[in-house]
Amino acid sequence: MTLGFTLVGIITLAGAIGAVVFRQIVHSVLSLALAFTGVAMLYLQLDAQFLGFAQFLVYIGAVTILILFAILLTRNTGPSLSRSPFSNGWASGVLVSAAVFGALAWAIRATPGLAQNAPHEANASVKAIGEALLNHYVIPLEMIALLLTAAMVGAVVIAMNERPSQSFPQPSRQNDVKGS
Amino acid sequence: MVSLTHYLLLSAVLFSLGLTAVLVRRNAILILVGIELMLNAANLNFVAFWRFGPAPDQLAGLMFVLFAIGVAAAEAAVGLALIIAVYRHYQTTDIDRIADLKG
Repeated sequence: MTLGFTLVGIITLAGAIGAVVFRQIVHSVLSLALAFTGVAMLYLQLDAQFLGFAQFLVYIGAVTILILFAILLTRNTGPSLSRSPFSNGWASGVLVSAAVFGALAWAIRATPGLAQNAPHEANASVKAIGEALLNHYVIPLEMIALLLTAAMVGAVVIAMNERPSQSFPQPSRQNDVKGS
Repeated sequence: MVSLTHYLLLSAVLFSLGLTAVLVRRNAILILVGIELMLNAANLNFVAFWRFGPAPDQLAGLMFVLFAIGVAAAEAAVGLALIIAVYRHYQTTDIDRIADLKG
């Protein structure tokens, strides 16, 4: 293993571990941004420069900020601070994750031919990606544009569509007024 | 020299940490964070297999990740909107307390 891979791997895993264990949600999300940065640097190491910068822009620039806004909109102080941030059955959850990791690691170790493949030159320039996107992958590109539009409209509709009368738990009184 | 095994193992650890966040945390937002971590692990696998595979000139692996990033952004937006809608209704994002369908 080279030094660069080790450093980036440590950054990624430290960010991911922090995202899982920090008590404060905001700290967790900032730690998640660190993990995203590590993954972006791994993409850069794998000669996928465009993807690395797309990861920077989309995940760190958009998804993390979106999650932070959601935290600001749903902040509940009081009882949540005294309660443990982990669910009651956290031990079984950790056990299941460890089992999944064990199975994955065993599968990776048991597969032959993974270690000796030497990487050769890759041509993932922005020009090649753009030509591929607009020739061979043009239908998926249009589909994802449609999907993003629909998702944005749907997100706005879901987040806005609660009439004020529904949030108060007094529907019976309104019915009485209407009935009399 | 860094081989494909190292990337796959790193991605497996990342996936397991994301799964831990989904299974262990109480807050619905942090469950979404765990899902994002798992998606990133899958994307890292795609890129590693593309780079170490037999034909890195074919950009299929890269395209997969590019579209997966787009879908993940849409998923995050819709998921957070759902969490905000649920929060408006229950005044909490603690999934242990959002249990009205539990019979």
